[in-house]
Amino acid sequence: INHIVHNGGLYKRPFNEAFEETPMLVAVLTYVGYGVLTLFGYLRDFMRQWKIEKCQNATEREEQKDFVPLYQDFENFYNRNLYMRIRDSWNRPICSVPGAKVDMMERVSHDYNWTFTYTGRVIKDIINMGSYNYLGFAQKAGTCQKAAAKVLSHYGAGVCSTRQEMGNLDKHEELEKLVARFLGVESAMAYGMGFATNSMNIPALVGKGCLILSDELNHASLVLGARLSGATIRIFKHNNMQSLEKLLKDAIVHGQPRTRRPWKKILILVEGIYSMEGSIVRLPEVIALKKKYKSYLYLDEAHSIGALGPSGRGVVEYFGLSPEDVDVMMGTFTKSFGAAGGYIGGKKELIDYLRTYSHSAVYATSLSPPVVEQIITSMKCIMGEDGTTVGKARVQQLAENTRYFRRRLKEMGFIIYGNEDSPVVPLMLYMPAKIGAFGREMLKRNIGVVVVGFPATPIIESRARFCLSAAHTKEMLDTALKEINEVGDLLQLKYSRHRLVPLLDRPFDETTYEETED
Amino acid sequence: VQEKEELIEEWQPEPLVPPVPKDHPALNYNIVSGPPTHIITVNGKECINFASFNFLGLLDNEKVKSAAQASLKKYGVGTCGPRGFYGTFDVHLELEERLAKFMRTEEAIIYSYGFATIASAIPAYSKRGDIVFVDEAACFAIQKGLQASRSNIKLFKHNDMADLERLLKEQETEDQKNPRKARVTRRFIVVEGLYMNTGDVCPLPELIKLKYKYKVRIFLEESLSFGVLGEHGRGITEHFGINIDDIDLISANMENSLASIGGFCCGRSFIIDHQRLSGQGYCFSASLPPLLAAAAIEALSIMEDNPDIFQTLRAKCERIHKALQGISGLKVVGESFSPALHLQLEESCGFQENDVKLLKRVVDYCMNSGIALTQARYLEKEEKCLPPPSIRVVITVEQTEQELDKTASLLKEAAQSVLN
Repeated sequence: INHIVHNGGLYKRPFNEAFEETPMLVAVLTYVGYGVLTLFGYLRDFMRQWKIEKCQNATEREEQKDFVPLYQDFENFYNRNLYMRIRDSWNRPICSVPGAKVDMMERVSHDYNWTFTYTGRVIKDIINMGSYNYLGFAQKAGTCQKAAAKVLSHYGAGVCSTRQEMGNLDKHEELEKLVARFLGVESAMAYGMGFATNSMNIPALVGKGCLILSDELNHASLVLGARLSGATIRIFKHNNMQSLEKLLKDAIVHGQPRTRRPWKKILILVEGIYSMEGSIVRLPEVIALKKKYKSYLYLDEAHSIGALGPSGRGVVEYFGLSPEDVDVMMGTFTKSFGAAGGYIGGKKELIDYLRTYSHSAVYATSLSPPVVEQIITSMKCIMGEDGTTVGKARVQQLAENTRYFRRRLKEMGFIIYGNEDSPVVPLMLYMPAKIGAFGREMLKRNIGVVVVGFPATPIIESRARFCLSAAHTKEMLDTALKEINEVGDLLQLKYSRHRLVPLLDRPFDETTYEETED
Repeated sequence: VQEKEELIEEWQPEPLVPPVPKDHPALNYNIVSGPPTHIITVNGKECINFASFNFLGLLDNEKVKSAAQASLKKYGVGTCGPRGFYGTFDVHLELEERLAKFMRTEEAIIYSYGFATIASAIPAYSKRGDIVFVDEAACFAIQKGLQASRSNIKLFKHNDMADLERLLKEQETEDQKNPRKARVTRRFIVVEGLYMNTGDVCPLPELIKLKYKYKVRIFLEESLSFGVLGEHGRGITEHFGINIDDIDLISANMENSLASIGGFCCGRSFIIDHQRLSGQGYCFSASLPPLLAAAAIEALSIMEDNPDIFQTLRAKCERIHKALQGISGLKVVGESFSPALHLQLEESCGFQENDVKLLKRVVDYCMNSGIALTQARYLEKEEKCLPPPSIRVVITVEQTEQELDKTASLLKEAAQSVLN
């Protein structure tokens, strides 16, 4: 049963999100699998210590052997004994543009993944289901590339200065005006790295005496930014509005923990699309709560900008809301625009403040000019300002691809997490052996997928994650689906019993929140 | 419940951001039209560039640009993914190999943003409970890395080895009280090769002696000294003739001498490989766009093929350092071979804001006469030890001797007219 939410008219369209519960047998087998691996890990460590087995990791210098050890043995247990076995599923080197099809350099290992050698052969035309190329702007030819080439020959590659000193080019001003227009906000500011945008601006906005309410599954950059700010952090359950409301009420009623003084400000940190779950934030409810409790909202649209909404303006447009309701709209240019960097958009006072006090504006180099040109051209294309309908067509193609792909996978019987409209599709694998096996089998069939396990996900919920793109044609998707079907049968991955837990009935824990204090 | 409702009604938060006065010195940026090369157009006026860290003049180099163009035609602009998920290109691997070979270390790792390099490297090794001895004049990126690591920070006076030794001795006595804890507490010294805030070098040979005496690891930040110091540009280790394996980790950004974007860390595989799984800025962020990596490779090749540019740069630095001595009202801060100098007021007015205003007038005078300069910018409330306001003077290999002399005389004039 799919649970469709129409919460008191806040939602203008059905919100279909589902997380099927892990089947009991699968959970038990997964724990057994990890138990076996751990036992073998201890055995191998024992053999290595007693020199029965050759130790292959790099070791400390002879002259520094009496220094305090740099790494604790136990920290690296997981790395040595579990990660090493399936290390070839990650860091796969490619040698072509990361579009819908990609060329990969073949590498083999003769010593069980401790070292790799490149055979020199290139595996061509692998269907790329791992790169964040939502609107297909990762291209090596076309208007974006030509414009970037022109700017590169005029401006050069680097900037060699910070924004506040001599690094503010006219191109940056042009970009920021365009981003503000695209988002529908008063003003915007662009930064050189998406990760750094979060970790350097959250500390500028909040400090000691403020409260940050952060979602359970927020990205590492948001967590780091929150920690560096010095504010108190409280975590609410993923996308769970009752949990958030309880935290807000308690915060205002009880004030700061020891002194009982009122909080200076409350900032809610959420993401548009959560990349490991494929879920979309319940934005209408969050905005209603934020208005009721007078707090501020920081929305990280790293994955949702360009990918959601009828004209690609992100999760705010997807829900039909006004960008003025979100206090700080943050996003990155890496995913849908095929470039690099991040931005923050909002009211003019906010952006003026960030121009003066953001760590990135004072100490970090500004964006590289050809990258800026790529963003400008691709953004104009999405907005339709370049005179073609290519942008609109791509946004629609992505939405169609998403719905088609998810529907077919669910029909085949896999457990798929997340919202029906999210182009990030996590397919559950659970067992540790299947993580490596899935990645390798798909590569044999010329399809590149991304598999993730602990610690990016909870230990028994490892998954394969597909990122759909507007550049994928229906034939490519069909080929991929056929192969996934085969591999699913081979590895017995079709766990779904079509018994979906309705969202409002998920157990909500009445006790307390988790507070993390540095 | 009624009370709670009232409390919720009454509570008023602060505004999200306080208003910024319109004439705040950092609010109105200089707008540069066109490339920030040797001749730069700032706010519509053409000037000679003494403010961009383009030490070796590679920003404008045709070979670098054509290498980047070739890469753009092959790979497009962005990488659309982090290193772990189809974001590793053969250019990245090549750049890492070339950097490791150039610096004569085992391995190198690349980050896509200069600031994030040292700010992610430090927390990967130093955790809660570890001890880090850091120089007072360390740059902001190092401070953020230390803050993220949650370790105990002990500041020692700038370049004062006696002060550092005192702190190390104190730590030793602490260790003897609690040997069990001492056995698992890691210790690090973090220094910069050429300090951005003061323009001088760290006394590396003494640091190495202290390292082996007190069993502390050294992390060296070489953003300004990479491609500047040393016979072949390998940085401060070559400058002092020290074995590079004695330094545990060297971190540098590619945004100064290499005129690209990003940063790298190099050292032994034992140390560098750890960052591939625990460097936050490496694992959770998209990789460096291939065209920037290709530009860096080409710039590195140029550095390897023309080792005499370092001598030329040093000669120019010495020349202007001498020429700037004796300006009434301004003193030169920095070594004679440092390409990034500071000009500070000899006598401060007492208020930092007034100092900043005075220096702004000097800078404006120079800009109107065709020399582009900038004030060194800091976040006043966030820095641990705020350096005094200053004008940054950057020397590049492209500046001619006439231009250097002109700048020196112009600064003399400006100081005369503004400060007297």
